[in-house]
Amino acid sequence: MARHVVATVDDIAPGQRKLVHVQGRYIGIFNVGGEFFAIADRCPHEGASLCKGRVVGLVESSEAGSYQFSRPGEMVRCPWHGWEFDLRTGKSFCDPHRTKVRSFDLKVEEGAALAEETLLQAETFPVSIERRYVVIEV
Amino acid sequence: MVAGRPSADIDHPATYASAVDCDLHPALPGMHVLLPYLDDYWREMVSVRALDRLNLSLTSYPQNAPLSCRPDWKPDGAAKPGASLEAMQRHVLDRYQPRFGILNCLYGAQVMHSEDMAGVFCRATNDWIRDEWLGRDPRLRASIVIPAHNTELAVAEIERRADDPRFVQVLMLVSGEVTLGRRQLWPIYQAAERLGLPIGVHAGSAYRYAPTAVGWPSYFVEDYVAQSSAFENQLQSLISEGVFAKFPGLKLVAIESGLTWLSGFIWRADKTWKGVRAEVPWVTRAPSEIIRDHVRFTVQPIDAPDELAAIMRLIEHLESDELFLFSTDYPHWQFDGDRALPSGLSEALRQKILYGNALATYPRLAKAFGATEVNA
Amino acid sequence: MSTLELDRGRPAEAKLRVIDCDIHPAMNAWTEVHPYLAKKWIEHLTVYGSHLRHAFSEALTHPRMSPDAARVDAYPDEGGPPGSSLTLMRSQHLDPNGVAFGMLIPLRWNPGSQRNLDFGVALTQAMNTWQVERWVKNEPRLRASILIAQEDTVGSVAEIEARASDRNFTQVLVLPRTDEPLGRRRYWPIFEAAARNNLPIAVHVGGTNGHPSTGGGMPSYYMEEHHAVAQTMQSVLSSLVFEGVFERFPTLRVVIMEGGLGWIPSFSARMDKHWSRLRSEVPHLKRSPSEYVRERVWFTTQPMEEPGRASQLIDLFDRIGWDRLLFSTDYPHWDFDDPRYAFKAPLSEAQRTQLLYGNAQAFYGIG
Repeated sequence: MARHVVATVDDIAPGQRKLVHVQGRYIGIFNVGGEFFAIADRCPHEGASLCKGRVVGLVESSEAGSYQFSRPGEMVRCPWHGWEFDLRTGKSFCDPHRTKVRSFDLKVEEGAALAEETLLQAETFPVSIERRYVVIEV
Repeated sequence: MVAGRPSADIDHPATYASAVDCDLHPALPGMHVLLPYLDDYWREMVSVRALDRLNLSLTSYPQNAPLSCRPDWKPDGAAKPGASLEAMQRHVLDRYQPRFGILNCLYGAQVMHSEDMAGVFCRATNDWIRDEWLGRDPRLRASIVIPAHNTELAVAEIERRADDPRFVQVLMLVSGEVTLGRRQLWPIYQAAERLGLPIGVHAGSAYRYAPTAVGWPSYFVEDYVAQSSAFENQLQSLISEGVFAKFPGLKLVAIESGLTWLSGFIWRADKTWKGVRAEVPWVTRAPSEIIRDHVRFTVQPIDAPDELAAIMRLIEHLESDELFLFSTDYPHWQFDGDRALPSGLSEALRQKILYGNALATYPRLAKAFGATEVNA
Repeated sequence: MSTLELDRGRPAEAKLRVIDCDIHPAMNAWTEVHPYLAKKWIEHLTVYGSHLRHAFSEALTHPRMSPDAARVDAYPDEGGPPGSSLTLMRSQHLDPNGVAFGMLIPLRWNPGSQRNLDFGVALTQAMNTWQVERWVKNEPRLRASILIAQEDTVGSVAEIEARASDRNFTQVLVLPRTDEPLGRRRYWPIFEAAARNNLPIAVHVGGTNGHPSTGGGMPSYYMEEHHAVAQTMQSVLSSLVFEGVFERFPTLRVVIMEGGLGWIPSFSARMDKHWSRLRSEVPHLKRSPSEYVRERVWFTTQPMEEPGRASQLIDLFDRIGWDRLLFSTDYPHWDFDDPRYAFKAPLSEAQRTQLLYGNAQAFYGIG
């Protein structure tokens, strides 16, 4: 496992996402109200790019006619068949135990701290000590 | 206990002993049998309007069509198939010696447009079944016929029968005036759940609409074949509308549905659900899971050239051997001789299908069975 | 179903070669067909527009879960609805998915179901020319379908005859929700013209006939409506069989599109079982229903079935007949099937080639 700098926090506005390519994987970085999450981009169903899907809230219900809406912006719908994935965990809502996309450890780090780190893979990302960065572990 | 039961591989009536036959069709010889149960107004209406001269045989089951009555099950003389208890006893009840047989009466009362007329004649039909069938053979049980298109009258009729433990189910036709999951029908499901009565959805149509999405087919065989499509549609309605979420204690029995459509149904329904869940968030589990918990299926007819393979395939696909309930569908012609079940089933599976699954589905049967076992 | 992780880059594999039997081209605007319409029909289209047997003049009765019933990633950068850009269709689908040939199925506004029959005839004629001019002539991989105003058999036959010798067209398109079941005799002139010209009849999900989608009423939810399209195809197949269409037109070929596959063996068996009891009602049938289906009917594969186990999918294909299956993606719709990942079962190279290419090659006589 290695840590990779993939974006500055300003690269991805709240509600937006960025597709990055790290160690042979396509990974989607999502900004959910200022929190960042990283999930594998490929939908496990037929391979669609989740980065192209709509980010939505979660609707649940105890009975027909009632709609309990929560967690706005924390789910992504696959752009093809609409399967819902939890951005925090990568798990599908319908089948959380067996259908999921890989979720990657993500930290937001100060440029100053990163500049000192020896184990960092920052091949494509010049790090400035004044900025804050999204760092994922792959 | 039945002594000396032959091997289950031999087609022999004794192999069905102790079964629960979940689909028997009694027929009214004519409306005249309901007269004792009508009040003065309705009795006079029958006479003045000659209602009893109307042939209320259903388009879903033309009286003389081969399907409607197996040739060797035709009663003597001009009697209608299924109209004679004595014939039913001779043909199936005494021959196969089931523990219980559930009567599903398909009569025009259920589909009359006038709600009051339907209500009155459904009530009279249930009275007649009680007196002329349930009262004369202790093995018999019955589904409550209801005018499903008026839920108040339907619920009143269900409650009227609640204290008679011989009524074990509520009967509805698969194609009615609204899709079966619709909330306007929920008082019926609520009453049934409260009283521990499964809803028996039986093949047949009120013909309020074309029987298929593509219009009115020319032939009866097409209408009958379309029944399995109707079961798919209505099961999808029940699931999508959240009936089983609202009524977690409700059981549904699909009667005379054809069975083998079930595999394709769950594959498509499960796949669709994953994509459209947000439309129906009260559907919190895959349709196949809901079916495993809530829906059962009578076995005749089995739409397959190899019935044993079909049953085993269904059990594999549905991941459950608890879904299937024995039925003869008397007097409809679905099997020949005594081949009401294919040979080759394991003894354990055979027992489940013959009676175990039915006892688990019908609480009132389980109670009666428990009582008989205690008394034996 | 086990967790699949497809998060590595697309694996190197044998080059894909596909005949896609279901692609939906779209217009940016109805003005695209104006060049192919007489002035009076341009006016009619503009002033009165679509006139169907349901409450909405243009919208579907049950709104889909995604706009335009399409993949969210299929919107062209230059604007316009999914399926309207040949450039995007090429870069997103035809090229990367190895599409050697693609069959166009234009659907918008159910042209075959227009209540105004003269308008329907004019519109289908114009959309047929549009398919060729806008699509086929610009992209040699594409082929067109002859749209017809299916309730007007005279107009339909005329249009079939007009296009029959044009090799840009490979089939006649009918929408299954016809006024009467498709096998009824009033539609036989269409079958006669198609069979005589060796054109298959393609029946693709769609149409509005004013009948509820179920025999017990109209469904409330799209979850039901999406499911009901399978039952619609069951009813079409039943009608074609029991009316004796395959007996009367023994060379006619029919392809059922987008109806699903899981129901085919059980429905064939059900037709056989009850026909065996009731055959005196339909003496014009000389063979069992399943025989007609096995020989005269094909099925496109999308939406692919996903049973619990891979073996169940193989069993399903065995029972339908591997030669009956024509691969399709339904691009750009939401329930698109990717040729790499659609089959949730291991297939041999020969099987893969047969499904993705060989069957359609034989069926359409192309490639």
